[in-house]
Amino acid sequence: MNLSKDLMAASSTPLVLGIIAEGETYGYEIVKRVEQLSGGALNWTDGMLYPLLHRLEQQGVLESRWRVASDTGRKRKYYGITELGRKTLHEQQQQWQVINDALNRIWHEMTVNLQRSDTNGCQPA
Amino acid sequence: MVANPLNSQEFDVEVKVAEWRAHLVRHAALNEHDIDELESHLRDQMDALQEQGLRDDEAFLIAAKRVGDLDEVTREYAEVHSGRLWQNLVFGDVGASFFGRELVTVLLLAVCAAIAIKLPALFGLHFESEGADWFYARNITLFSLPFLALYFVVQRQLGTKGLLFVGGTVALAALLINSYPNFASTTTMTLAMIHLPIAIWFMVGITYSGDWWRSHAKRMDFVRFSGEFLIYYVLIAIGGGVLTAFTLGMFNFIGIDIEWQVQNWIIPCGAMGAVVVAGWLVEAKQGAIENMAPVLARVFTPLFTLMLSVFLVTMLATGRGFDMQREVLIGLDLMLVVVLGLVLYAVSSRDPNKPVSLFDKLQLLLVVAALLVDVLALIAIAGRIFEMGFTANRVAALGENLVLLVSLSGYAWHYWSFIRGNAGFTRLERWQTNYIPVYVIWALVVVIAFPLIF
Repeated sequence: MNLSKDLMAASSTPLVLGIIAEGETYGYEIVKRVEQLSGGALNWTDGMLYPLLHRLEQQGVLESRWRVASDTGRKRKYYGITELGRKTLHEQQQQWQVINDALNRIWHEMTVNLQRSDTNGCQPA
Repeated sequence: MVANPLNSQEFDVEVKVAEWRAHLVRHAALNEHDIDELESHLRDQMDALQEQGLRDDEAFLIAAKRVGDLDEVTREYAEVHSGRLWQNLVFGDVGASFFGRELVTVLLLAVCAAIAIKLPALFGLHFESEGADWFYARNITLFSLPFLALYFVVQRQLGTKGLLFVGGTVALAALLINSYPNFASTTTMTLAMIHLPIAIWFMVGITYSGDWWRSHAKRMDFVRFSGEFLIYYVLIAIGGGVLTAFTLGMFNFIGIDIEWQVQNWIIPCGAMGAVVVAGWLVEAKQGAIENMAPVLARVFTPLFTLMLSVFLVTMLATGRGFDMQREVLIGLDLMLVVVLGLVLYAVSSRDPNKPVSLFDKLQLLLVVAALLVDVLALIAIAGRIFEMGFTANRVAALGENLVLLVSLSGYAWHYWSFIRGNAGFTRLERWQTNYIPVYVIWALVVVIAFPLIF
């Protein structure tokens, strides 16, 4: 399934914030986690994640620091969420919840209507 | 260098990663840390792929592909960090030591240059005094360029030897240009005035190289520096012009006329100080404008080629080629000097590792067109000398055109063998840097010997 660009752009911020809110992490792990969460459907261009991270850092919702990774011995840039970030995430969560609920409701009604018309159609005249 | 076909099969991951990195380094929007971060991602991805059983080269290719098209990625970086491109200009790596020794040195030297131009006024030689215009015209480079050279003496830690070199050269030049009795003859004086800056600029080059003009790389750097210096200086001059116009206007509104102050203080002092500041700016941030100057060279190379070709064809078709008048010859020589500058800069800004491109062929075309124009000019000058005898101007023009003839022939030859694949681009670069002293020697001949002969 190919997600539209706009949808990807809109969802990337809450997704990234949510993943980082689980605990300090770095770019490669974030990409893996997104893939895992979406069952492979969300396929980002990896390089595009970093400008997004930097933008979020500029907005003050993330903070970063360089650390030497224990597994590879290479240095990595780790991102953590700030207080402002948690607040933003909470707001976004509510906004997405509203959209999610609305979509769920309409889809629920659609299926109910569909079933009703189906059963109607099967009744003998 | 021809790659060994057996070796080219071998895959060196480190080389590939380094190339991949080098592509990113060229973008001012990404700093060192950003590139480290992306490389760390690339390597993590490669590790994961290798664990799944992929070979080195496969892992690299897939990981690089997943990071994405680097041009697109860097564009995204540029959007997020739009300020960086300009911040880099002045505040690049100066960082914490911004108010350190270097800036103080630069400001001090700029102020010295600004004061130097006003010193003769102390001895009664004001700008409006009689004969002052000649005095200032022939000494103009001696007021500003020595301070730029001094900046490099400090910057490159050339020590006392450097100080003596700059001091000695300037003293000698000042003595020469101001004390020849023959300077009553205005032609030799004008000629000396035009040629002295070349020699003094070369003095700046020697201090710039930091190793007394020994290494080829430093000489190339100096050619690059010269081109970028010119661009910076013009930019500063435009800014200065706007500022001055506003200042004049504002004071005019409140009924105070400061035109005299502007003409006698602000413009001359600013112009002298700006020389040191422009030099420092190029030095402080070499990367930022480097992106612009090659673009300028690329824009103007085809235009100059076209212009020269049209001019040549017109001259030959109308038969006006061989009886050129004095003014035409002067204009032609000036144009050839500009073209040579363009060629010099284009060569120095080219990455010698790149294969032959269309631009190189255009460059050859430009050189050949210039060469033909030069030959026409030579014929015309020879004709004039034959008809009307030797004068300082004609001999100077003859010499200049001969120097250009040899230089352009060299360029044409080396471009030709480079395009044919017979030689690397470095041969052409060597030709360029080795020939620079010839221009200087000719300039010195005109400055020193001409007033004695004519």
